[in-house]
Amino acid sequence: MLEGILLTIITAATPLLFASIGELVTERSGVLNLGVEGMMAMGAVIGFAVAHSTGNIALGVVGAILAGMAMAALFGVVTLIFVANQVASGLALTLFGLGLSGLIGDAFVGVPGAGLARVSIPGLSELPVVGLLLRLDPLTYLAVAITTAVSWFLFRMRGGLILRAVGDSHVSAHALGYSVIRVRFMAVLFGGACSGLAGAYLSLVYTPQWTQAMTAGRGWIALALVVFGTWLPGRVAIGALLFGGVSILQLHAQALGVGVPSQFLSALPYLTTVIVLVIISRNRALVRANTPAALGQSFVPDR
Amino acid sequence: MKKILATATAIVALAVGIGSANAADKLKACWMYVGPHNDGGYSEGHDVGRQMVQKELGDKVETSYVESIAEGPDAERALERLARSGCEIIFSTSFGFMDPTIKVAAKFPKVKFEHATGFKTAPNVGTYNARFYEGRYIAGQIAAKQSKSGVAGYIVSFPIPEVVMGINSFMLGAQSINPDFKLKIVWVNSWFDPAKEADAAKALFDQGADIITQHTDSPAPLQIAQERGLHGFGQAHNMYDFAPKAQYTAIIDTWGPYYVKRVNAVLDGTWKAEQIWDGLKDGILHMADYTNLPDDVVASAKDTQAKIEAGTLHPFKGPIFKQDGTEVIGEGKTLDDGTLLSMNWYVKGIDDKLPQ
Repeated sequence: MLEGILLTIITAATPLLFASIGELVTERSGVLNLGVEGMMAMGAVIGFAVAHSTGNIALGVVGAILAGMAMAALFGVVTLIFVANQVASGLALTLFGLGLSGLIGDAFVGVPGAGLARVSIPGLSELPVVGLLLRLDPLTYLAVAITTAVSWFLFRMRGGLILRAVGDSHVSAHALGYSVIRVRFMAVLFGGACSGLAGAYLSLVYTPQWTQAMTAGRGWIALALVVFGTWLPGRVAIGALLFGGVSILQLHAQALGVGVPSQFLSALPYLTTVIVLVIISRNRALVRANTPAALGQSFVPDR
Repeated sequence: MKKILATATAIVALAVGIGSANAADKLKACWMYVGPHNDGGYSEGHDVGRQMVQKELGDKVETSYVESIAEGPDAERALERLARSGCEIIFSTSFGFMDPTIKVAAKFPKVKFEHATGFKTAPNVGTYNARFYEGRYIAGQIAAKQSKSGVAGYIVSFPIPEVVMGINSFMLGAQSINPDFKLKIVWVNSWFDPAKEADAAKALFDQGADIITQHTDSPAPLQIAQERGLHGFGQAHNMYDFAPKAQYTAIIDTWGPYYVKRVNAVLDGTWKAEQIWDGLKDGILHMADYTNLPDDVVASAKDTQAKIEAGTLHPFKGPIFKQDGTEVIGEGKTLDDGTLLSMNWYVKGIDDKLPQ
């Protein structure tokens, strides 16, 4: 049972990790994209549609990534080139994505999907605890790999330094000769790709089906997790596991018949996140050190 | 540019004009759903009914729907919009739409309202419901016969009477086969969240249940059952396609004939606010084909179904005891509809505490 619980916690955390790590990179470049939920919904529907039409789940995943990127590109053009307000544009992107995904997915409702098989290595996968980590679905490994790579890129590579510089002070970065718009556009696209993956995870792995609004607010939780993780990949991953963990454990608590009102238990993941957020935020120096100083500010290069 | 705008305005005006001209000789019937019209569950069941009205009454009616309306203030606004837009009869199809329906109906006395699964009425508000509990009793019996662990899992949305009634009926059915049957209950506090419903199913299976049933609307729990080689029941809609190896049967709402009858009543002027509560025998409720079951279990399920239809078996026939052992109704007597529709207690044998 313990293994089962761990497995479900990891599954619950994976889409959140995908979406929040993508948003982390976007925000580190100084762009606040509130359209995560919409990009996820598009990833979920396109991922399912492609996988169902071609019979190939890998193609579905690629389709989801492209769909997320297309949505992100739209956001990038509007906010970076036409310098529209990022908050308003992000909200619009969410509404647009939810609506459009419903329209596109109309034909795919009520169609069962195949679902992505778990990887398993004969012999090793049967080991206790360690074995559990060797029989997850491929996308979960990808999520861990992306998180590690992002962490490495941001803090160990020159490109990461430039990205953070752009997010902290676009004026200085521009003065040094870096193209603020190009860096931000790439970061936004990366965020879109990750959101697309998060959506694909929902419609191809989590529950192999497509239904309207199946993202059920997970994009918003991912946005909160970025702040929760104070813009650090490792912390964001811990946040995703914590949120996933509490939401799974409350279901188990209910099934065990714990005499606590279910409404309270259902609210517990959110409560826990808020409380931990408050505790973390008490270390102001650390939060300030990691918050991209130019977050949400538009940049207009002087010509 | 100006010319294009002018043309566009003219076209829109023309379209609106045609729209209202048509609306004058057609009866406008409107529906309001809590989920997407094609959710593969509860709301789709209502939409299939709406389509039947459109098909059977053809030119005499114009049907339309609004979907994914949240229970609460949104519902009130949506209903008011429907009433203002000329709908002559409005079907509001979720329990949580009850108070908004009553409130809006008071403002539009000429519009007829029908509310599904509620209990409040007004001169222009009728209610209709299906006796879902009849199907759940049959499901409970099947679960008790098929379960090896003697434990079933039940995924539920909100602690409202309709849901509690279903849980009790399922349990009474199971107890009629195995008096020691156990039920594990998980509230997900949502009608529709596939991922959460799937997680709830996993948690229930991990804790020893080997059969699940649900009062939430997505087929995700059945998909999990299939993945684990276990079984369950579909809800509101035949979910066989999602889990052909896992579904034993499903409770299917068949609202179409009722909708046709009621819209016809508006057309010929005989509509009156009524409280309708029909069951298996009236065809408003169907059982999906019994699959993945041994022949003798299918036979006994069909037998129970026939007895319920004939009125010789009532799931809520006494003696029935509450959790704490107090008797609700004695031997030979049956709970009346009022008690059923306001049920807020668990029957004996359920360990869980009911959220109040």
